[in-house]
Amino acid sequence: MNGSIRKLRNLTAGLGIAGLATVPLGLLLLWSFARGWYWPALLPRSWSLRAWEYVFSSSSGVGTGLVTSLGIALIVTLVAVGMALPAARALAWHDFPGKSGVLLLLLLPVLSPPLAAAMGVHALFVRYGLTDSVAGVVLVHLIPTVPYTTLMLAGSFARFDPDYEAQARTLGASTFAVWRTVTLPFLAPGIAAAAVFAFLISWSQYLLTLLIGGGQVITLPVLLVAFQRSGDESVTAALTLVLVAPTILVFLVASRFLRGFSGQHKNG
Amino acid sequence: MLSVVGGLFVGGLVLALAQSLGYFPATGETAFSLVHYRTVCSDPEFRSAFLLTFVLAAVATMLSAVLGFAVALAVRDLRWLQPVWRTLLQIPLALPHLAMAVVVINLASSSGLLARLAFACGLVHSPAEFPSLVNDRYGAGIVLSYCLKEIPFIALMTLALLVRIGDDFDMVAQTLGASSWQRFRHVTLPLAAPAVLSASLMVFAFLFGAFEVPFLLGRTYPAMLAVVAQQKFMNADLAQRPVAIALSVVISLITSVLVWLYLRMAQRMVGGNNPESFLLL
Repeated sequence: MNGSIRKLRNLTAGLGIAGLATVPLGLLLLWSFARGWYWPALLPRSWSLRAWEYVFSSSSGVGTGLVTSLGIALIVTLVAVGMALPAARALAWHDFPGKSGVLLLLLLPVLSPPLAAAMGVHALFVRYGLTDSVAGVVLVHLIPTVPYTTLMLAGSFARFDPDYEAQARTLGASTFAVWRTVTLPFLAPGIAAAAVFAFLISWSQYLLTLLIGGGQVITLPVLLVAFQRSGDESVTAALTLVLVAPTILVFLVASRFLRGFSGQHKNG
Repeated sequence: MLSVVGGLFVGGLVLALAQSLGYFPATGETAFSLVHYRTVCSDPEFRSAFLLTFVLAAVATMLSAVLGFAVALAVRDLRWLQPVWRTLLQIPLALPHLAMAVVVINLASSSGLLARLAFACGLVHSPAEFPSLVNDRYGAGIVLSYCLKEIPFIALMTLALLVRIGDDFDMVAQTLGASSWQRFRHVTLPLAAPAVLSASLMVFAFLFGAFEVPFLLGRTYPAMLAVVAQQKFMNADLAQRPVAIALSVVISLITSVLVWLYLRMAQRMVGGNNPESFLLL
């Protein structure tokens, strides 16, 4: 590859990346503020706050959807982190037969929508009145979030030397004092990151909410699909931005916790 | 503790297996039978869904791997702006697939931005002349939506490895008189290939079972596997349910084989991908 080809390639890549980053959000913003952006205009001719006013009006149901989404995601986050902490500790510090099998089981629901598991528990949920209910949706959201937070926290535990705990205990600290003053401060960034990502999984979940919520539990993604089907581009774009705002914010703040992408340490 | 964690998932899978193997009291089925799996394997609707899912996932994975690798190489060379490019690459990763599907509708439908650009260039004269990429025969909108998400994913995964490797080997090869093509072919490519391949395997496994994008951008028939499973499951006809569950068990089986392959690959890799990055797909 000579110099000019390399320059061309870098220019193309730079433009491509800039496009990937700006076009999706830019397009959504334009649509959400456009008034009658008809074919073949490249840009909207006039602007309007109609879509945003509708999204924030009580008749659109977005307010209720927001509360439902937030409530479910917060409960899911708390329960997932609470369940994952002891599991991650065991996974990071102890070797046991079948550990790689456990790892596989943890990766599966993270990677693919746990469709089979959700369909499997559906009949059980029907019997206990959990379908079409927020409680049922919370339970089914735990299927992908608990394994995910467990994997993330196992990474944090693996970097923590259990001897620190032993030392503190030797110095006379109680189990709770050890946890509060030694282990927790070390793990705090990892826990925060795991919590944030558990929140995001639940926040953007559509399929599991649909399967167990049966269209009765109206979260933001459920509303988004309904708006999209109704064909109002401006309102759909505005709601998409509401859904996307926290994910982008969190990503820019939290991405440095993801060791896989930091890439700063050469021998890391 | 791990059993508590696994309970819902493993328990759900066991229940799914039981229901798909003939224990479905809601329709009076209680005897063991493989009939639902036979349906999944022989029905033409499922066959076309398998084929479509496999082809679309493979095409999107290959495109994302090649372009993502190219982006990673370019960003590595753009030294002084690197943090800026990295941050920009993270933005599409942060969009949920549902949001990206909405963007693709605005972008590639017959009255979308691409069609308007084609009009501005004089290529088409009415929306009907533009080949819509949404709900199209070939699933082009689905592939486009996946590429917009997975190119940055593979680029960042590969970039992390390229930065870890550093340019020492590259410089040695240069000192020894290797041309830039030779350095790429014999130094960079072999070093980066495991990262690109394992990231691609993750992407493929994910796309194979993915739901939202084909749900919004695909056709009802032939549909991708997860969509077919969901449609059958939520069908008013309860007799369809065990078939839907059997289908989703088959999807899980295929995904597990892919994840198992990925884990074997990652174990042998120095500085492999973190499981945490799975969420970013």
